[in-house]
Amino acid sequence: MEKYILPDIPELHMIAVYEANGGYKALRKSLGMKPEEVTDEVKKSGLRGRGGACFPTGLKWTFMPKQSDKPKYLCVNGDEAEPGTFKDRQIFEFNPHLLIEGTVIASYAMGITTAYIYVRGEYGKWIRMIETALADAYAHGYIGENILGSGFSVDIIVHKGAGAYICGEESSLMNSIEGGRGYPRVRPPFPAQFGLWGCPTTINNVESISNVPLIISNGAEWYSKIGAQKHPGPILVGVSGHVNKPGVYEMPTGVPILEIINKYAGGVPGDKRIKAIIPGGSSTMILRGDQLEGVSMDADSLKTAGSSVGTAGLIVMDEDTDLIAVIARISKFYYHESCGQCTPCREGTGWLWKILKRIERGEGRAEDIDLLMDIANNIEGNTICALGDAAAWPVQSMIRRFRDEFEKRVKAPSVGNTTVAV
Amino acid sequence: MLSEKNTKKLDDLKKFYPTKQALVLPVLWMIQEEHGHISEDAMRYVGELLDVPFGHVLGVVTFYTMFHDKPHGKHHIEVCTNVSCMLRGSAKIVEHLEKRLGIKLGETSKDMKWTLSEVECMGSCGTAPMIAVGEEYYENLTTEQVDKLLANLERK
Repeated sequence: MEKYILPDIPELHMIAVYEANGGYKALRKSLGMKPEEVTDEVKKSGLRGRGGACFPTGLKWTFMPKQSDKPKYLCVNGDEAEPGTFKDRQIFEFNPHLLIEGTVIASYAMGITTAYIYVRGEYGKWIRMIETALADAYAHGYIGENILGSGFSVDIIVHKGAGAYICGEESSLMNSIEGGRGYPRVRPPFPAQFGLWGCPTTINNVESISNVPLIISNGAEWYSKIGAQKHPGPILVGVSGHVNKPGVYEMPTGVPILEIINKYAGGVPGDKRIKAIIPGGSSTMILRGDQLEGVSMDADSLKTAGSSVGTAGLIVMDEDTDLIAVIARISKFYYHESCGQCTPCREGTGWLWKILKRIERGEGRAEDIDLLMDIANNIEGNTICALGDAAAWPVQSMIRRFRDEFEKRVKAPSVGNTTVAV
Repeated sequence: MLSEKNTKKLDDLKKFYPTKQALVLPVLWMIQEEHGHISEDAMRYVGELLDVPFGHVLGVVTFYTMFHDKPHGKHHIEVCTNVSCMLRGSAKIVEHLEKRLGIKLGETSKDMKWTLSEVECMGSCGTAPMIAVGEEYYENLTTEQVDKLLANLERK
């Protein structure tokens, strides 16, 4: 398939190259349309958010009030910190103007005059790349006052995070921009009614926004025919772990997982068997390697298989992988990243980690397996934001799909394979 | 406390944010960039500069992993040990660094030259294992490359 988000064009990050390849034409076209026509086109395209929840992007835009006596804001979520996810980084580096063009179009569609691109603090180098691209776009009149003589104005600012996974959660991200701790907010009220500083706000993922210029240039109908019918479009899949060619691959949605691993990512080293995969970042449910036949990278297929697309950060684990060590490491992550507001998550994530470490060391008790399940079930659904669920799902799915691994380890502590150490 | 350059940068930023409090993170970044860490005095300064209570600034500094309230070693080496790096041998990199530097994860050498930290996923999953030194990422690492990097840093 032709690549749209990360095409193989050298120096595409330079504004002249971007323009020479049709860049900012979608913006010109949008400015000639009515804002609601732009939103309608995005809605009809079927684009669903690429940040993890797969929520329809155009529909989200319609939640914004048309008339508002308060300013309206857009936050572009580039906090990318879900383990196994490294796709937005490629956009920042190789196609930042696509992101900028999408941001201006989205702002025009929703009547937004200030947009913040929130980028994780660790991406200092990539922040400078975006800032360079922004400065060029300002200089060429694509951002700022009276864009291309249309009368529409918007400013775009990069806001640098400071190392908190939770700030990728939309309400936490807003609190972070407001200069506070990244604590998630109770909803309702939803951001479109009461977002940044109490004003109408929309939060979209970097990759979602980068799809917008394609939709406007080529039309909603064209876009809706790419990939899986109910989850269309190009998607950036980041493949990591036990594959010969790890990396980010652009493909239409709906490509079989096994094809992604074997064709795109060059297969598993040593032709080993796939023991397990995590399809979309560490918070998505783990799947068995022997149950991947017929499963593809799109919302419906992965839901049927008992997981989700998440951020399409596909982690592959070969037959020698110590899954107890893997799930213990994942649990440590959520324990570290829990913001501490809700008791089930603050306490429960730590308990999960401690028990899993105990099992990993061969000191686990047989009843620990049910105890883990019980704790995970009591976190899930009982917290303000989805971090609690994200901590529970990997543990629940690991026990459900690999209970034998746990049973072996608690019963016979000395038999654990140790190819992966923590 | 802030250089002339950053004071000007801050003034430019003000027009993009409706409250002074929103500048807490940008100002803390500037302070850390200039002073290496954010001292209690610096937090009080930020509070006064932006009209927010000291406690709020302290709360922000301690919430975010990347803000440091204590000085670090001259070279801060961060190793990712999350799943994708773990599957591609981050444990070996950690072991090697600990041996070479004579400090454990989370420690700073007595001569204040090195700090070694374990970090969560840095977005280098496709180029694992990795370490970061400041803003620079070193990816697809082998222990031999770690040795070369340490030798380079040693000379700085």
